Amino acid sequence: MLATYDFPEFAYVPSPEQVTGQAVRHPVVVVGAGPIGLTAALDFAARGLRVVVLDDNNTVSVGSRAVCYAKRPLEIWDRLGVARPMLDKGIEWKLGRVFMRDQQVYTFDLLPEDGHKIPAFINLQQYYLEEYMVDACTANPLIDLRWKHKVVSLKRHDDHVALAVETPDGIFEMQADWLIACDGANSDIRRMVGAAFTGQFFQDRFLIADIVMKADFPTERWFWFDPDFHRGQSALLHKQSDDVWRLDFQLGWDADPEEEKKPENIIPRVRAMLGEEVEFELEWASVYQFACRRVDRFRHGRVLFAGDAAHQVSPFGARGANTGVQDIDNLGWKLAAVIRGDAPEALLDTYHDERAFAADDNLLNSTRSTDFITPKNGASRTYRDAVLHLSRTCEFARPLVNSGRLSTPTPYVASPLNTPDADTWQGRMTPGTCAADAPIAEDGRPGWLLDRLGEGFTLLVLGLDPAPVEAGAFTPLQLVEGRDFTDAQGLVAERYDRGQGAVYLIRPDQHVAARWRRFDPDAIRAAIARATTGDAA
Amino acid sequence: MSLILTPNIESPDTFYERLTDAQRDMTDAEAAAMNTRLVLILANQIGRLDLLSEAIDLARA
Repeated sequence: MLATYDFPEFAYVPSPEQVTGQAVRHPVVVVGAGPIGLTAALDFAARGLRVVVLDDNNTVSVGSRAVCYAKRPLEIWDRLGVARPMLDKGIEWKLGRVFMRDQQVYTFDLLPEDGHKIPAFINLQQYYLEEYMVDACTANPLIDLRWKHKVVSLKRHDDHVALAVETPDGIFEMQADWLIACDGANSDIRRMVGAAFTGQFFQDRFLIADIVMKADFPTERWFWFDPDFHRGQSALLHKQSDDVWRLDFQLGWDADPEEEKKPENIIPRVRAMLGEEVEFELEWASVYQFACRRVDRFRHGRVLFAGDAAHQVSPFGARGANTGVQDIDNLGWKLAAVIRGDAPEALLDTYHDERAFAADDNLLNSTRSTDFITPKNGASRTYRDAVLHLSRTCEFARPLVNSGRLSTPTPYVASPLNTPDADTWQGRMTPGTCAADAPIAEDGRPGWLLDRLGEGFTLLVLGLDPAPVEAGAFTPLQLVEGRDFTDAQGLVAERYDRGQGAVYLIRPDQHVAARWRRFDPDAIRAAIARATTGDAA
Repeated sequence: MSLILTPNIESPDTFYERLTDAQRDMTDAEAAAMNTRLVLILANQIGRLDLLSEAIDLARA
């Protein structure tokens, strides 16, 4: 029970096949109705697939949990039509400050440039985010959300997965052509499949507490090393909606989680942090420890893993849910193409190639932050303390301070779906990179580039004459500068290195697949073939 | 350019004396902390990751 939020209770409805006793084969079953499973349902449905979502509970996330949502997942949710309430309710921020004792040693700005529709980050309690997505799923006739449905066993076949599902009415069998496991870090599906999930555990404990208070701290991320109010440990302060603030206290490995969760032990810590005079109410608290781990393969036959079920990171850097949403962005169009018979099953192996690469990048960043915040031996601690000591007076040491490097999309630089550059280019939009947004104008009205990209492949044509490109089911939408939009502020030219002319092939997940300085339909067709099979033609 | 492995320190005896004198009255922990800060200061002076990596490998060998 929270002071600021009433948890919805979603009705259990018996599955038709449990009532009739006739097993039904579903094209796609998603396990887990958390942020990743709900995103999966919305993405797959947006691509025309029927989706059944199973969740063993009947409400949203208990506790605020994931709090920071980054630009890229918000762009994905915007594509899926659910970002508006998140942006309206969430708290926008982009500035982080790091303190050593009571002195600021480092600041970072996550979106130093203007001209993007979506902000760098919002903070929003996870239960709001899930509630908005549940609403959207419920309104979508292609999505069948089934609460109080727990998968208790599964059997894998070459062409489907058979599931035993337990509900309040007992156990029944379901069949899925494709099973998407979004059931979190402790994934039952992963255990049932026997997939390895290995990595590193960290011997440290953290207390997270949500408090309600009226305070005029700015909406920035404040992180302290060794603060005067919590000596020898780290602490974090971050604002959420409804005047709820997230506090995070490092406790050390020896702390007793049960003791630390008691309000009589939390309240003095909060008072020490915020001052005796600040009035607040304790809303929710949890003590956690963490690990950085990854599943061996994201695809095990007909079972695909996404989100925390596939990779678990430390919370520093907000790389958990944010990465998981991008897993779905990558998987959705590939799965739809395979199910429709437009692409070979091997395209799904590139889901592993690209997202395991991204997961490894996230794990690397997350592990580095954790090693800084929680040094593993005396020598590491000495280095950490030396960096912090120097950073108070020496500017050079400040970039070494690592309180979490915040989530940004990982470019798929080594992906088999990319066509390598043959021309000369400047800037960031290399093949495998997520397409940058930019302001545009259509018929004199302001708009955004990402809003104009198609559901399938898009050819972004800048300063060149287009020609028809026929590629069957993957025939691209052509978005032509001058014909379909104008580059009102010159930022498309800048961000895409337009030069004398440029054409970009952009995938359904808004990643650059290839680019050329000339409009060559044969080259474009070859690049589409490559991006939809994983084979170089 | 790779790491300089021929004598390059101006006035080696004076440098060595400055280094040890600076730590004469320190505990081991204080000296270790100072050495660590010194590594970071000198690393910034060098700057290049290839040289720093080469130095780390050489020191660890």
